[in-house]
Amino acid sequence: MLTKRIIPCLDVTGGRVVKGTSFKNLRDAGDPVNLASFYYKEGADELVFLDITATPEGRATMAEIVERISEEVFMPLTVGGGLRSTADMRRLLGAGADKVAINTAAVLTPALISEGAARFGSQCIVVAIDAMRNKGGWEVYTHSGTKPTGIDAVAWAKKVVELGAGELLLTSMDADGHRAGYDIELTRTISGAVTVPVIASGGAGTLEDLYQVLDKGRADAVLAASIFHYGVYSIKETKEYLAKKGIPIRTVGKGR
Amino acid sequence: MKAKATVAIIDYGAGNLRSVANAVTRLGYQSVVTDKPAEVLRAPAVILPGVGAAADTMTGLVRTEMAETVRRLMEDDRPLFAVCVGLQILLTTTEEGGGYECLGVVPGIVRRLPDGLKIPHMGWNQVTQRRKQTLFKGIPDKTNFYFVHSYYADPEDKSVVAATTDYGLPWCSVLVKGNLVATQFHPEKSGTLGLKMYENFLKMATGGE
Repeated sequence: MLTKRIIPCLDVTGGRVVKGTSFKNLRDAGDPVNLASFYYKEGADELVFLDITATPEGRATMAEIVERISEEVFMPLTVGGGLRSTADMRRLLGAGADKVAINTAAVLTPALISEGAARFGSQCIVVAIDAMRNKGGWEVYTHSGTKPTGIDAVAWAKKVVELGAGELLLTSMDADGHRAGYDIELTRTISGAVTVPVIASGGAGTLEDLYQVLDKGRADAVLAASIFHYGVYSIKETKEYLAKKGIPIRTVGKGR
Repeated sequence: MKAKATVAIIDYGAGNLRSVANAVTRLGYQSVVTDKPAEVLRAPAVILPGVGAAADTMTGLVRTEMAETVRRLMEDDRPLFAVCVGLQILLTTTEEGGGYECLGVVPGIVRRLPDGLKIPHMGWNQVTQRRKQTLFKGIPDKTNFYFVHSYYADPEDKSVVAATTDYGLPWCSVLVKGNLVATQFHPEKSGTLGLKMYENFLKMATGGE
């Protein structure tokens, strides 16, 4: 059975991971290569890197980081943040990224989704959607969640899949940062509306939150940052918890 | 210590070449990423990476004369490891893109995964070993490997199916035919045991320990 993926998310700026961490046995928790290696050994199923500076310099740095990570870490890597063109995509995929995530650029230039899918394959193109509740449903926001677009999130999700997105990274802006659980209804609605996998993001506080969004929310994967970075839960105990609850999970240990 | 053999990684203008090369390097082998048939034919072991669409892959292989090279490797039963779309294009035809002719070195059809599932099949899934293989040495049955694809290989000769994976239905996830090894998953993205599978292949190919 296809297992549900547990994905730590690393925010990077100027070549350093922000939301600093406090792991023991980690020489430099701000070094993305070190941290990626750490999560690889811990048994994470995939890693997402977001360049939060989102500048041309940032993208160059990011490509160098991805090159170094892909020498040590043999697992899927997704990179996002500030990508504007297929040239940006090519650079990161060439550096060793398996997927690229686009958000604001997808809204401004939806053709970028189809162009990227045509050149590199749908499986490389992740569309990140930042959604906030409004009266009738959810609205798409861009520019790191600062600009409302007036676009309905469910309609947008369907459209980007039609254009060639191979996966959605769905962040609830209402839930993000509150550690009070994912937006189950949003996740379930979007996951049911599209045929591609959906990664749920925003709101992880406890392991029960992860379970709920994978079970009731029908997410195919969960993304979390602070609960892993601050060592609240290890990847291993997260997986053991979810497996015990009956979620199909890749066993951790000895590289399995 | 004497350097191990040089592995040829076929470059046909697509694919996750860097990740495959990194995996080979990690295992202590030299690698050359090449679009030159002569270089491929000289190598004791060859890897055909694959990412993306079958039609693009075929176009790229034909353009670089690698289609002929891969046929020759197969005719001479040379050690070849094909990955993902690299596996699919070995068969006769694919349903992808409305139907497309492939290399036909392994008779069979590449079919679309059934409707009603999330597609692509993306993530870690179990690989159930159907035959005892040197390739599986040190790799427990039902180990999870990383997949990302929307089509699967359905070879005519079921005796080449070395392992299966279940998504919608059980299909061939490891194909072994003589010195050909082909996997639907990505060993270079499947952690320690993915690397182990490459290592087993490279040892078999080069007679190394």
